[in-house]
Amino acid sequence: MSNLSHQLPAPFEHAPLALVPRAIPWGAAALLIVAFAGVPWLAGDYWLNAILIPFLVLSLAGLGLNLLTGYAGQTSVGSAGFMAVGAFATYAFLLRVPVLPLPVALLAGGAVAAAVGFVFGIPSNRIKGFYLMATTLAAQFFLEWVFTKFPWFYNHASSGTIAAPRLALFGHDISGPVGRYLLTLSVVTLLTWVARNLVGSRLGRNWMAIRDMDTAAAVIGIDVDHHKRLAFAVSSFYLGIAGALWAFAYLGTASASSFDINRSFQILFIIIIGGMGSVAGNFIGAAFISLLPIFLSQAGQALLGGNVDPGQIQNLQKIIFGALIITFLVKEPEGLVRLLAGLRERLAVWPLRF
Amino acid sequence: MNFFLETLFGGLLAGTMYSLVAIGFVLIYKASGVFNFAQGAMLLFAALTCVSLQEAGLPFAAAVAASVVVMGLLALAIERAVLRPLVARSQITLFMATLGLSFIIEGLAQGLMGAEVRALDLGIDDVPVFVGDVMLSQFDLFAAATAAVLVLVLALLFNKTRVGVSLRAVADDTRAALSIGINLNRIWQIVWAVAGVVGLVAGLLWGARQGVQFSLSLVVLKALPVLIIGGFTSIGGAIVGGLIVGAAENLAEVYVGPLVGGGITSWFAYFLALAFLYVRPAGLFGERAIERV
Amino acid sequence: MTTFLRRVAVAAALAAAFCGHADAAPSEQFFPLATYRVGAYASSGIPVWAGMIDYLRYINEVEGGINGVKLVWQECETEWTAEKGIECYERFKKGLNGAPVAIYHPNGAPAAYALSDKAAADRIPLITLGYGRTEATDGAVFPHNFPVMLTFYSEASAVINYIAQREGGFAKLKGKKIATVYHDSAYGRETQGPLKLLAEKYGFENIQIPVADPGNEQSSQWRQVRQAKPDWVFLRTWGVSTPVAIKTAARFGFPADHIIGDIWASSNEDVLPAGDAGKGYLALTPYPGGADFDIHKRIKTHILDKGRSDLKDPKSFGSVYYNSGLVNAAIAVEAIRAGQKKFGNRPLTGDEGRWGLEHLNLDDARLKEIGFLGLMQRLQLSCSDHEGGGSVRVQQWDGKSWKLITDWVSSDRKTLRPLIDAKSAAYAREKGLVPRNCARES
Repeated sequence: MSNLSHQLPAPFEHAPLALVPRAIPWGAAALLIVAFAGVPWLAGDYWLNAILIPFLVLSLAGLGLNLLTGYAGQTSVGSAGFMAVGAFATYAFLLRVPVLPLPVALLAGGAVAAAVGFVFGIPSNRIKGFYLMATTLAAQFFLEWVFTKFPWFYNHASSGTIAAPRLALFGHDISGPVGRYLLTLSVVTLLTWVARNLVGSRLGRNWMAIRDMDTAAAVIGIDVDHHKRLAFAVSSFYLGIAGALWAFAYLGTASASSFDINRSFQILFIIIIGGMGSVAGNFIGAAFISLLPIFLSQAGQALLGGNVDPGQIQNLQKIIFGALIITFLVKEPEGLVRLLAGLRERLAVWPLRF
Repeated sequence: MNFFLETLFGGLLAGTMYSLVAIGFVLIYKASGVFNFAQGAMLLFAALTCVSLQEAGLPFAAAVAASVVVMGLLALAIERAVLRPLVARSQITLFMATLGLSFIIEGLAQGLMGAEVRALDLGIDDVPVFVGDVMLSQFDLFAAATAAVLVLVLALLFNKTRVGVSLRAVADDTRAALSIGINLNRIWQIVWAVAGVVGLVAGLLWGARQGVQFSLSLVVLKALPVLIIGGFTSIGGAIVGGLIVGAAENLAEVYVGPLVGGGITSWFAYFLALAFLYVRPAGLFGERAIERV
Repeated sequence: MTTFLRRVAVAAALAAAFCGHADAAPSEQFFPLATYRVGAYASSGIPVWAGMIDYLRYINEVEGGINGVKLVWQECETEWTAEKGIECYERFKKGLNGAPVAIYHPNGAPAAYALSDKAAADRIPLITLGYGRTEATDGAVFPHNFPVMLTFYSEASAVINYIAQREGGFAKLKGKKIATVYHDSAYGRETQGPLKLLAEKYGFENIQIPVADPGNEQSSQWRQVRQAKPDWVFLRTWGVSTPVAIKTAARFGFPADHIIGDIWASSNEDVLPAGDAGKGYLALTPYPGGADFDIHKRIKTHILDKGRSDLKDPKSFGSVYYNSGLVNAAIAVEAIRAGQKKFGNRPLTGDEGRWGLEHLNLDDARLKEIGFLGLMQRLQLSCSDHEGGGSVRVQQWDGKSWKLITDWVSSDRKTLRPLIDAKSAAYAREKGLVPRNCARES
């Protein structure tokens, strides 16, 4: 893999631009069949509620941020704020316009998030890099404040939380674990397909041109400011829907603090660990970020439980988690998706070597 | 009018507490281009080390000296394990690495020294002092004086010593500095150690006010808007930024807060920073990069 | 690459190991412990778990379990977050090696809200002492939520009753200024409704001053307090915002003995960092600090002195949070005992645990028996009342420890109940729930 390592510092690491027509993705099709037909049969409550649903939602959120950061090159740490917009807007639609079916409410919530994202994307015409990242922090804190401060958003509930109204689709109750899992999976599948096509389209190519160098992109006639704002809007649309799913399909309830700054960092981790400028990377990154702590906790309980002070086990897990993140950043600058691609290349010629 | 002046001065003094945290960021960003999110964790680690040593029976001065040594060792370890392997990587990768680093440092701090809240007494009472009719805090004055001394020392360090000059060379042009034989790794070690010591000072002052506990690491979020306003590369900017944020935040909470139901300090500073950025996209004192195609 | 594969293999093996549970005849009762030992709130959590574990161990080793049923427990780290709270709950809800779960402590407001619906579906009762939804007092709408002993509404009423006591009667409240400095979150704002109602009733001026999270800089808030010159300050902060508030109050010359901290601003961890500024500070609590209660003598002889305690730092023995752990565990244990009267002396399921909670009746005689007299108030729960107590004791910090300065101060729950009923009815409407008929519950 040494041939891939960078000789020069690059502004962003990214996967190469693929313009060749793709073959039918048999692997993805098989995966989808298993996910739709097999998993609901096989997985119990624990796997659905505690692992698969959050994993899918986080993947979708990662995808949203990846469109903005990995493809359009604009770093944001306000992702959770836009997730909150989606969640609270969807809730408002479901509550106040009861005739709206769930998918329409989700779309509408995403659209509101997109509009808010567009507004917060406006400064991107002047502010760049780390300074832009800091301005997205303003969005994060402001949105968090809005959704705690104004009781209208949570229907004047004194707890400040919004609870999922009855989840139903075409008259079917989908509030059980399997229903919520299938809802999440369908939304994620659909939006992933859209994103895949989007990044291959002219819009996606313009984004990548801006990412690689926005001054150069402007020189060749791309309306840079408009494209950046559009990236913020599209990314926020994805994040907004992810936020609504996080609140209603996963937690079942949410408050502004469910979408705090740590969630934003978590999503940023997902795309960096998984791979920037890659659709599949989001899923791998989300799996890593959401499963690793659970795995560490289970392993800690099994190996050390009862013998070592539980507080120390927790601290140890935290240290291991941090160390693994640094290790992955050092070993695989282009994310786990590159690691897996390399694995596939090797398997193709196994047992011979390159 | 008195109330206004009091709010203004109180805010300016509170702002120096933010500046102290921001200086640590600036040092590291200047020398290694790393936006060090782990600065908060370092602050916690430093203050916790000092307090734990004091609890173990060391006199205060000795505990501080030992903590300085510990922060130096931590800097060495960070340079070896994180910075050197990640050299020439993108800024965002380095930023994420410092997030990972903050997990490790927080885990170490709480694992080694416990998670309970510690009281820290610096011997400076937090009592009101009156200057004319205007009420100020004795502790705030002390903190401001400390910040002033710190900045003076840093200025001497950077302008009058060999290390300081090489550091400025690295900050100006890393490749040129390398080519004339400056040992980059050594510079990084020194700068991270100095940032650790700055973190110790900030940690002790904040710790005296709120107790030495995990939430010390959260003061980072207060320092970010200060950095944005002042620019990531200027210590003077960090000071001015801190003063602006402190004063504006206090005035806004008192005069604007009641109009919208209060509690606006969490985001007001960021919006202020945004407004500054919109006018000056690299902060008040930041260096503007020139782009070539 | 090979290391990666090895990791995957290990992960798969471990995952497989965790999925299989051996089914045995249940002879033990499982106490899941959703804890937080790392992160921002660890300092408050650690003594709580010690209190809970010490009490469970005491029941097992000294009393031989609950009527012979031994207790088992396991921990799971939540970091006080909703998502890890859900993961822990899903891991625990089926029990441990066949030992069933009768009662679940979510230990943290985010997890409590997130688990509310899930626990109702799984029919597992949740105890949320001093947090959670106030309207869950109405057990008809919330059969599985138990905000036992003290909701924030009762707390608001109790603090006004205490101030009236100090001022010399409710008539003296007229024209007084009572400022609430609160953490700007759902928790902090929860008392606004009841305080508004009580201000109208008694004629005091109700001033509300928010502190934005995390609250480590509060000069502007206390400058406002100084300007308003209130007679009393009701401090509803939490975490780091409490010591900062106490210190800043001193800096602005507001006397600590006229600040009354609420349940989450009443622990040793809250006042210790404030140093001298905290001397005289008042706080109300349903589980006061102190190590002189009867139960402490028992635990000291049988657990602490034998080196079997979970406490790392013996100084925390009898701290407010340690005592809250004792109280939390004792309520669960007593509820199971109550359930066993109906279902027999065996481990109970969630449904049976809920029945036990709704038929819990701890009078002074029983509290004396279990050693909690003075530490815990009389508590009687029912289908329509999941709170039960509603009283607090006021304690004062002398610079080293808490001194109790009142007996139980009760709250005016009757006045506030209509507010609660309106909220629970609104919740039922929003979720399309049909409330139980409590008159027909046995």
